[in-house]
Amino acid sequence: MPPPDSAVGIVALYPSLLGTYADGGNVTVLEQRLAWRGIPAEVVTVEVGEPVPATGDLYVLGGAEDGPQSLATDVLAADGALSRAADRGAVIFAVCAGLQILGTSFSVSGGRQRDGLGLVDIATRRGERRAVGEILVEPTPDLGLPMLSGYENHGGVTARGPGVEPLGRVAYGVGNGDGTEGFVRGRILGTYLHGPGLPRNPALADLVLSWVAGPLEPLDDSDAAALRDERVEAVGRGATSWAKRWLDRRSRVARAV
Amino acid sequence: MLPARTRLAVAAGHAVSRLSRALGKGAGASVGGKTILALDKGAIAAMAAGRPIALVSGTNGKTTTTRLLTAALSTVGEVVANAGANLPSGAAITLADAPPGRRAVLEVDESHLPAIAAATEPDLVLLLNLSRDQLDRVGEVRMIAARWRQMAATLSGATVVANADDPLVAWAAMAAPKVVWVAAGQPWVADATSCPSCSEPIRFADGGGWVCSTGDLRRPDIDRTMLGDDTGLRLPGRANRANATMALAAAAVAGVDEEKALAAMADVGEVDGRYRTITVGRTTARLLLAKNPAGWHEVLDLLAVSRDPVVISINSRVPDGRDVSWLWDVAFERLTGRPVFVTGERWRDLGVRLRYAGVDHEHRPSVEAALESLPPGRADVVANYTSFQSLIRHAATAPEGATDAAA
Ligand SMILES: [Zn+2]
Repeated sequence: MPPPDSAVGIVALYPSLLGTYADGGNVTVLEQRLAWRGIPAEVVTVEVGEPVPATGDLYVLGGAEDGPQSLATDVLAADGALSRAADRGAVIFAVCAGLQILGTSFSVSGGRQRDGLGLVDIATRRGERRAVGEILVEPTPDLGLPMLSGYENHGGVTARGPGVEPLGRVAYGVGNGDGTEGFVRGRILGTYLHGPGLPRNPALADLVLSWVAGPLEPLDDSDAAALRDERVEAVGRGATSWAKRWLDRRSRVARAV
Repeated sequence: MLPARTRLAVAAGHAVSRLSRALGKGAGASVGGKTILALDKGAIAAMAAGRPIALVSGTNGKTTTTRLLTAALSTVGEVVANAGANLPSGAAITLADAPPGRRAVLEVDESHLPAIAAATEPDLVLLLNLSRDQLDRVGEVRMIAARWRQMAATLSGATVVANADDPLVAWAAMAAPKVVWVAAGQPWVADATSCPSCSEPIRFADGGGWVCSTGDLRRPDIDRTMLGDDTGLRLPGRANRANATMALAAAAVAGVDEEKALAAMADVGEVDGRYRTITVGRTTARLLLAKNPAGWHEVLDLLAVSRDPVVISINSRVPDGRDVSWLWDVAFERLTGRPVFVTGERWRDLGVRLRYAGVDHEHRPSVEAALESLPPGRADVVANYTSFQSLIRHAATAPEGATDAAA
């Protein structure tokens, strides 16, 4: 946690490369949620050719197409600051291609497998079908999060190694491809949720922020809660009967939250 | 003379179109075109044979550029065009309705362009721009650029008119045997920051130039610069000057007198409802279409000249793209301090986006309800594709104001 007189340092990594699916919105949300609480924050946007700040509190990566994803991996590996930040316990929030980059390997154009940064023991290979559509996730209970909703658009199937917990179980959609979604390992969190993920799930944004800034006072997120209820109902109409029952139960819970 | 199979398919297509119209199911063109293609896969090629064809494609500005090019080419002869129906079915019914030999100008969806080009052997291909749009349906924009590049290499009988300022378009068009390079601008560069050829960063210069940092790709030498804002175009804004410049370059290749072409294009005041003004209650509203971040980038420039209220309507049906994440790529912060109303099927997503942008806003059940709640004056309505279409259908039956889009 930073000393009270210093700003929370948020580092947006290569938004030109890792911004295909508007994940830059996650940075906007993190910054605003601190600002609304009167907590000073400083966002540093890093583009290719610029050094990654060594002293950031929270590093953010988004989704990308294959070429830019590979380029981002190469420059992050050459720079080294993100790996050192992970070693000293900085928070990393990574979405989709960003999630894959943190792992040991992922696949690029033509199905070739390449090395990732190896910060987390996850590996991604090309799936048979691209996963495109709404996704609902029942979070791993000890995270204390409500149901998560987002939009996924990826061709990767991600396997977690021993000791790497998922962000949650998939209630609708594909996620990692094995019934789980994303991962949490220490203070590194990865997910396939676009939408972007944090405006649609303010509690997830606050979880990540709390790792940096400590306990946070609640904000009025009634618009986001109503949006999630609407998405649950939209998905529920297309869901299997099992999923419908699950969604009925969840949406009642969601409305009560 | 068309082959017997194509004639049969066209007759069936027309019959289905008439039936569809009689049953009140829209214009019937789409289902008619689908019928033709179902009965004769080669119908487009057969109907395109022996006529000059111009194809217009890109993420934004297809419909407007098609309309402007049609106006320009109409100064030297009759022209048929496909008014927004940019899938193969639309091309099929448009060609079926056109007398043999008549010039056709066809707007083509980006992902269908290679197939339509192969079938029609066009003499003109206009490549406007490529940026993120409907990522759930169309896929990533670089894949489209790569498929365009393969297509371009096969365009032996065509002149490609290409936007040299868009690296993705330029990379694709460079493979074509004959290209007219136009400096049509591409203010939205977020999809071209890494080189389509080698993935290294592209550097953009203030004057519109760009070069890959490895030097393997750079902006081609320009054949035609952008029209100035003194040409009398009724359609507003930078994007429409770019559309007109592209159309003028193509018309010049086709041998049209440029002054006459420009005069014909200047007369175009609205395009399928875009830039139309309607009157609802005591409010005169201008209708604008914006369906992706690059389009919004241009529209926010248009909106910036006034402090009028803005009504925004967002849907997420299949033609819009199911995913509305792209709302977070739009600089809605620029609307801070003016009256903003949200509507459409995805107004809640828009509302959350606006809250984080610091833009106060209110929800209304429809565009009409939003306009009715305003004090007398002007307003702008910005809608994405299907919400714009339904707005136009409603506006067609409502009392209409002047269509002076230049105001
Ligand atoms: Zn290059």
